[in-house]
Amino acid sequence: MRQAIAFWNILLKDMRAYYLKPPNVSWGILFPLAWTAMFFIKSGSGPERWREVLPGVAAISILFGTTSMLAVTVTFEKKGRSFERLLLAPISLELLMFAKTAGAILFGVANAFVPFAIAAFFVDLVPFAWGMALPAVLLLAVSSTFLGLFIAVSVSEVFEAQTFSNFFRFPMIFLCGLFFPIAHLPWFLQPLAYLFPLTYGVDLLRHSLQLPAMLSPAVDFGVLGLFCWALFAFSLRNVRRRWIL
Amino acid sequence: MSSPVIRAEDLTKRYGGVLALDRVSFEVAEGEIFGFLGPNGAGKTTTINLLTGLARPDSGRILYRGEETTGRMKRAQRLLGVVPDESNLYPELTGLENLGFCGALYGMRKRPREERARELLRLFGLEGAAGRRFSGYSKGMKRRLAIAAALMHRPPILFLDEPTTGIDVESARRIRGLLAEMNREGVTIFLTTHYIEEAERLCRRIAFIAAGRILRVDFLEELLEPLKGKHMLRLTLSREIDDRLGELRRAFPAIAFAALAGKRCRLESAAPVALGPIVRFLEECGIEVLEAVRLRPSLEEVFVEITGIEAEAMRREREPRPAGGTA
Repeated sequence: MRQAIAFWNILLKDMRAYYLKPPNVSWGILFPLAWTAMFFIKSGSGPERWREVLPGVAAISILFGTTSMLAVTVTFEKKGRSFERLLLAPISLELLMFAKTAGAILFGVANAFVPFAIAAFFVDLVPFAWGMALPAVLLLAVSSTFLGLFIAVSVSEVFEAQTFSNFFRFPMIFLCGLFFPIAHLPWFLQPLAYLFPLTYGVDLLRHSLQLPAMLSPAVDFGVLGLFCWALFAFSLRNVRRRWIL
Repeated sequence: MSSPVIRAEDLTKRYGGVLALDRVSFEVAEGEIFGFLGPNGAGKTTTINLLTGLARPDSGRILYRGEETTGRMKRAQRLLGVVPDESNLYPELTGLENLGFCGALYGMRKRPREERARELLRLFGLEGAAGRRFSGYSKGMKRRLAIAAALMHRPPILFLDEPTTGIDVESARRIRGLLAEMNREGVTIFLTTHYIEEAERLCRRIAFIAAGRILRVDFLEELLEPLKGKHMLRLTLSREIDDRLGELRRAFPAIAFAALAGKRCRLESAAPVALGPIVRFLEECGIEVLEAVRLRPSLEEVFVEITGIEAEAMRREREPRPAGGTA
């Protein structure tokens, strides 16, 4: 019970201190909106292409929403030493880091549903496989958040976290099949696409929208789950090695 | 000494090539205020970090109430309240919210933690600022709230790292009073400080640490014992005295002379010092005596003798420089 109280209050504090602040709420709405508009302007097509665009826009919204926030909630607090207060609390490091990332996961999920909400005005989302889409969005949010955590605990300064994030984010969005189908990438870049969690998340969302996909849903779920586990484990290892000196 | 609540055995810690702690051992008894006294970089904060779980020792053991917790500090953290050398509460939260959050980290339920937070705000004279953001607090208020935050879960052991450094005299006095009160209520206090008079006023036992090594651990009375019956003076002179020390010692063999920084010297004798002949002797050497101050036998003298570090220099190390001052 004590652990649950600590977990809930860390999450609540982060929600109030960071995620529910007006600039972040407006950013969480405007960012997916801007990406959605950009895709349409670029493609020059109309609302009939919503279904094709939706997986990519939702995935990018999650990726940017989650990874950007961790630089603040973790790196900034570490720099300001308030993170020490959490490390001094009698709660396990696993639970502590999960509490610190839970807010970003929820923020990522909320970001993902902005493009869906916009799409609902233009296309019929009833045939959409929600049973697959919801866990796909959640798993994508978890893996992106843990990627953000991995970055946040590998650096010392907030600006380093942002720069390091872009080192992963931009190759990811260009190689995961959002802009160009993976099959159309040069042969030497194609294997790289499979190294990114975003590829599997987008693939799952394509399954959910009954669009052509590359892998089976089971493989996508499995690989995304593996990414989540590995990124979280690496992050904890980094915290133990770098922060508890 | 009653049974130790904290026991450090041969704690050693290196950061890169720097030996921060070298086989540090001591015990802290239940209910005492234990002072850890040393200059900047002596290893005081490193010791607190090892004892609270913010760092891991390279070797050595840590025991709380007889149970070894080395490498498993989560087992002991419920017993500990920690006040770091810099206030690390959340600037965007109010005083009341900060205390509530700190209580929640230790699993306190909503109502008890609100009651406890209000009780501590009252005790620490921060009731009027309960709804103000922490970022708007003065330095002294921040430090008081940090101590209150450490006490939220009623820990039996409180660690304080330089609690009065850089704050105004009134706040420092108030904090010392509160610490004495906490101790009367049974809280064991581990206090690091570079203010010798603070350690002397509050602590029952004191450890001197310098360059990562414990030089001496003893009861305050034991430390002061050799100074009993001694007569000490500090002279401020018109110039440095180093080149005349030999002559002075030969002329006044019953008095021990020591040159201090800032054109000053210290005199120590078993009998009362007749100042006239010394003043005349110095004037013949072309040195004017500007001021003579009688020194009360204090921990400062013991500290200087044991560590070889001048207390005044140590105080200056940590004091904030005046605006516009040079580094």
